[in-house]
Amino acid sequence: MGVLEGRYGPNVVITSIDKVFNWSRSRSMWPLSFGLACCAIEMMATAASRFDLDRFGIFMRPTPRQSDCMIVAGTVTAKMAERLKRLYEQMAEPRYVIAMGSCANSGGPYWEYGYHVVKGVDLVIPVDVYVPGCPPRPEALIDAFLKLREKIERESIARKTT
Amino acid sequence: MTEPRELNIPLGPLPSDVEDVHGERMILQMGPQHPATHGVLRIELETDGEMAVRAVPHIGYLHRCFEKVAENMQWPQIVPYTDRLDYLGSMNNALGYVLACEKLFGIEVSERVRAIRVLAAELNRVASHLVAVGTYGLDIGAWTPFLFLFQQREHILDLFDELSGSRLLYNYIWIGGLSHDLPDGWLKKVRDFLVYMQPKIPELNTLLTYNKIFLERTGKVAVLPAETAIQWGVTGPNLRGSGVKWDLRKIEPYSGYETYDFEIPTGTGEAGRVGDCFDRYVVRVREMEQSLRIVEQAVQRLERMPADDVRAAIPKTFSKVPVGEIYFRTEATKGELGFYAVSDGKSKPYRLKCRTPSFCSLSVLSKMSPGLLIADVVALVGSLDIVLGEVDR
Amino acid sequence: MTVSEIFAKLSAALPGRGLTLEEGAVEAVIRVPREALIETARRLRDESELNFDALMCLSGVDRAAELEAVYHLCSMKYRHRVTLRCVVSKDDPVIPSVCSIWPAADWHEREAWDLIGIRFAGHPDFRRILCPDDWEGHPLRKDYAVPTSYHGIPLTAQLPPENTP
Repeated sequence: MGVLEGRYGPNVVITSIDKVFNWSRSRSMWPLSFGLACCAIEMMATAASRFDLDRFGIFMRPTPRQSDCMIVAGTVTAKMAERLKRLYEQMAEPRYVIAMGSCANSGGPYWEYGYHVVKGVDLVIPVDVYVPGCPPRPEALIDAFLKLREKIERESIARKTT
Repeated sequence: MTEPRELNIPLGPLPSDVEDVHGERMILQMGPQHPATHGVLRIELETDGEMAVRAVPHIGYLHRCFEKVAENMQWPQIVPYTDRLDYLGSMNNALGYVLACEKLFGIEVSERVRAIRVLAAELNRVASHLVAVGTYGLDIGAWTPFLFLFQQREHILDLFDELSGSRLLYNYIWIGGLSHDLPDGWLKKVRDFLVYMQPKIPELNTLLTYNKIFLERTGKVAVLPAETAIQWGVTGPNLRGSGVKWDLRKIEPYSGYETYDFEIPTGTGEAGRVGDCFDRYVVRVREMEQSLRIVEQAVQRLERMPADDVRAAIPKTFSKVPVGEIYFRTEATKGELGFYAVSDGKSKPYRLKCRTPSFCSLSVLSKMSPGLLIADVVALVGSLDIVLGEVDR
Repeated sequence: MTVSEIFAKLSAALPGRGLTLEEGAVEAVIRVPREALIETARRLRDESELNFDALMCLSGVDRAAELEAVYHLCSMKYRHRVTLRCVVSKDDPVIPSVCSIWPAADWHEREAWDLIGIRFAGHPDFRRILCPDDWEGHPLRKDYAVPTSYHGIPLTAQLPPENTP
């Protein structure tokens, strides 16, 4: 929260508040459904009946204003990169990015001869979790969300002393 | 051009001081990130109130340079890239490319390979249509069919997972054969799947196809006349929905399709007009039934066929291939998929052009959209069943 | 009808216009000079025994000093196919557009312009289709130099430096 963040140094009250904030943020992650290519189908399959993301509190939102994280599922092209940046900037903080699939990690199979492909979405926006695979299995995407949870649980609203 | 539909909403008398009832024209950008555009498509929509005056699709947001990559890869290395064109129907794309190469190089494959290819392609067609129908329901506003159909699709993906190692992008059909033979017990699993799937399409019909709301939303909406469809290069279920009985599996059969017994469903105007959104949708549902028939016949054949080396006809090397050029077309899940391959004798193609069905189906959007309500534009885009990986390549 | 029969019919209808038949290893192709392209296309579509009402594919090919546009046509009624080739030099890469004859050519010609650089005279909406509007160059040309960045976003692969553990 803007009022509390960075205001106090680390103390026992802050760590308790941290626990509550991090727990609530990580258990209710609403991703922006940013499906670009083939990985989008696996993302849809993860959200569908068999692998069900809703049991993790994850519920796809179509608009960046209401989402906490962005799953970049698919190849980012030069034409799309500016729109991607704009959507990322429209998300409210705290916001996280999961780069799903080889194309979003590093350009994928188009790394060598794709003149129109951005070789990895981290050239455009900062990424929190990378999911390898082409496409990654739904279990891998769920694993990514669990890793993102671990990452969020390490966060703190205390004032940074270093 | 489609006529605007009559809406039976009684309008009261207009206030006397309202000059311009129709309001201003607005230009809206639908996409490239949009829940209902089936991928990264931008539709520039000029609206007059709720009615779309003009809808121009802008593509290229997923242009992944397939043709340039193909010029730099050896012939067999291109197969995984063809998988990624229409990522819902990977087996069909690879089949189209591989058959073009086999015809160009003069390679013949065995009957067992042909039967397995047909089996894989038809199972893939069912999987692709399940996504098309499920997401179409989602566009119209129905959540349940999407979940039901994706559950059914997971069974097909399990089969493919066991067959090729991957759920979505298989790299299974190779030039001259297949990457490996069927696993033990796989045909029994396909038979079990056919039994499981038997009551599912009647269930879909009860849930979605003959649902009153769905019929109202898709019946008589966005009619595509057959003449326009042929002129604009529309093929596949979109063309068949307009009443034209045109399926390359019957017209120019390949891989042994002439020996299978199946029908070609066409649109009959059940919901009001021939060639409306409902017709395009119902053709896909009926095609799923026919594909399951073909799968059953292929399974019967393969059970009786002796085992064979599926890699027998794969050339030992591709460093020197015959010179020539060819345009070979197959009936992929969305329509006519054509590969124009130019070989100059080297291990890499000189030019490989891919003519995809969604590219041509989408081009007819600007012709069909004047006069539609915005919600109908969404219904139209969903009924064309485009995959942007194919449109942009 | 076979390609040779179609060629015979066309040559009879359009004598002296420079149509030639090229026998390939797999398919025969009719070579049409650009001045005769529109008339040939119209005859192919309208003549009662030819009836080529569907343009299946229009591709551009870069051949060193020349650019080619290859048209693959099909008749829904008679189910025969034919391939046309129109060659122009790279210094003057203009070919008349066949959009008025086969509307399917609309997007195919825009793609040929975008990727190969063939200009189609008379096209109703002539602009790039796949690459962004301000992209430079024609990517499928053999001498294309891949740009290093676009609007500040790097486009070349970021390989790790040598000798990293």
